[in-house]
Amino acid sequence: MNLTVNGVVAALPDDPRVSLLDLLREQLRLPGAKKGCNQGACGACTVLLDGERILSCLTLAVQCEGRSVTTIEGVGAPGALHPLQQAFLEHDGFQCGYCTPGQICSALAMADEIRRGVPSHVTGDLTAETIALDRDELRERMSGNLCRCGAHNGIVEAILETFADQTEQLEAAE
Amino acid sequence: MNPFVYNRAADAADAVRRAAALNAKYLGGGTNLVDLMRETIERPPALVDVTGLSREIAQTPDGGLMIGAATRNTALAEHPLVRERYPLLTRAIVAGASPQIRNMATVGGNLLQRTRCVYFYDDDGARCNKRRPGEGCDAIGGFNRMHAVLGASDACIAVHPSDMCVALAALEAVVHLEGPAGARSLPLTDFHRLPGDRPDLETELAPGELITAVELPPAAVAARSAYRKVRDRASYAFALVSVAAALELEGGLVKDVRLAFGGLAHKPWRAWKAEAALRGNAASADAFAAAADAELADARPRSGNAFKVELARRTLVAVLTDLAGAVA
Ligand SMILES: Cc1cc2nc3c(=O)[nH]c(=O)nc-3n(C[C@H](O)[C@H](O)[C@H](O)COP(=O)(O)OP(=O)(O)OC[C@H]3O[C@@H](n4cnc5c(N)ncnc54)[C@H](O)[C@@H]3O)c2cc1C
Ligand code: SF4
Ligand code: FES
Ligand code: FES
Repeated sequence: MNLTVNGVVAALPDDPRVSLLDLLREQLRLPGAKKGCNQGACGACTVLLDGERILSCLTLAVQCEGRSVTTIEGVGAPGALHPLQQAFLEHDGFQCGYCTPGQICSALAMADEIRRGVPSHVTGDLTAETIALDRDELRERMSGNLCRCGAHNGIVEAILETFADQTEQLEAAE
Repeated sequence: MNPFVYNRAADAADAVRRAAALNAKYLGGGTNLVDLMRETIERPPALVDVTGLSREIAQTPDGGLMIGAATRNTALAEHPLVRERYPLLTRAIVAGASPQIRNMATVGGNLLQRTRCVYFYDDDGARCNKRRPGEGCDAIGGFNRMHAVLGASDACIAVHPSDMCVALAALEAVVHLEGPAGARSLPLTDFHRLPGDRPDLETELAPGELITAVELPPAAVAARSAYRKVRDRASYAFALVSVAAALELEGGLVKDVRLAFGGLAHKPWRAWKAEAALRGNAASADAFAAAADAELADARPRSGNAFKVELARRTLVAVLTDLAGAVA
């Protein structure tokens, strides 16, 4: 019984009570994903499961058999930061940094959701094929990630800059 | 969390068999059940994971949709046919929880999520008839700002917290079940129960019964529809009041209308009386207000939630006014 974490195969726990978050932090020694509330209310534990953002605190590790998990440790590394990580540095997208791994994983998946055309609570036209990532969309789509330090303005700027660039590159490539 | 045995079901029949043999609870996305197990409010000896069951969204011969119970909330909200034909359902889903939770949560689990009453969650500190029938209810006379004003009892004033189910009630969805005694189906509006003197019994689901699918009948009325949620913050909060509404006009008269409230009752509250007051009548501001009054006449607020009655009235009138304007 295995799962893959950041490209590396890992064993699932024998005890089904172990959450994905505890497996990552306690057994695999990947402390990037954080335990804020342990009840689904803060988003600090957000990781990618087969590319989609989920809460690892409410996921039982045994439910991830055969699946692929990406944590912040798999997004970038010192000296080889992901552009979004670099943008968080440049825009002061954090103070204490506790919410940051969750914010970054969440934002990466959010960008995919926007590309896929997934509507949000603030999307005007549900049948529109493309959705523009503006500030309102971004704030709504990131509302599952709380920041107790109130670094939201920097977070919004960092995400907007990163994915506005990507949109331009995508358009240029077409 | 109490120890439990984990099983994964291959299909519906396998799930029912395993659950009966192990006295298990079914596990969807776990967003509610794992939390309640961690709080030891739920203590199942076994879990049967049903996330591998059907997550197909298929058109039915009559032009409706059949939605597998393991469909994730995001997948349902983003489906092109749902966005086009049942926009209030997409709106209701994306008004709930957070993107991460919607990626995990299943349709079956959403129907069966339990109340967010804070006393229900406080196993050590509070009395709760839902947790231990007969013990008393600390919400009555306590902090009950979020609680019910319609259909409650002196045993329990909790509300059903789902947004999605409010839209499903308006859409006359049908819940398909499979259990040890065979398959059956129930209208969603009959699926959840009012608390009465047994608030621990929340639905008509028999022990071991599995939700296999939710069916949406065709609903021309839903082409013009809306879901409005009023909450304490702009996002990621449960409803104080919500309204699912669909309106079809013909020559200034209400040809068809569907209305349901969230946040007011122990179940998604289909507003039959308000609908009856409107059908065939002029679509005017006065008529909308009269319809709201007809539905809310029976409201019984508690110490902390009298505001909900007026809030529900105004929200309903506002949504109908918007929809009528959009049609005109
Ligand atoms: C912080 C937070 C905020 C939230 N905010 C909102 C909100 O604003 N609006 C809203 O609507 N919801 C909200 N939710 C609730 C969320 O929508 C539900 O937890 C979710 O829909 C439950 O689905 P699940 O698949 O995770 O269910 P699970 O947690 O897996 O299961 C819930 C129940 O359903 C049973 N079950 C699951 N599948 C089946 C089946 N096929 N047949 C029979 N029984 C089954 C389980 O045994 C369990 O009793 C919030 C949740 C959290 C944690
Ligand atoms: S309102 Fe219902 S759920 Fe809340 S404490 Fe009272 S009995 Fe329990
Ligand atoms: S730790 Fe998972 S949401 Fe807070
Ligand atoms: S940076 Fe401290 S919680 Fe967000």
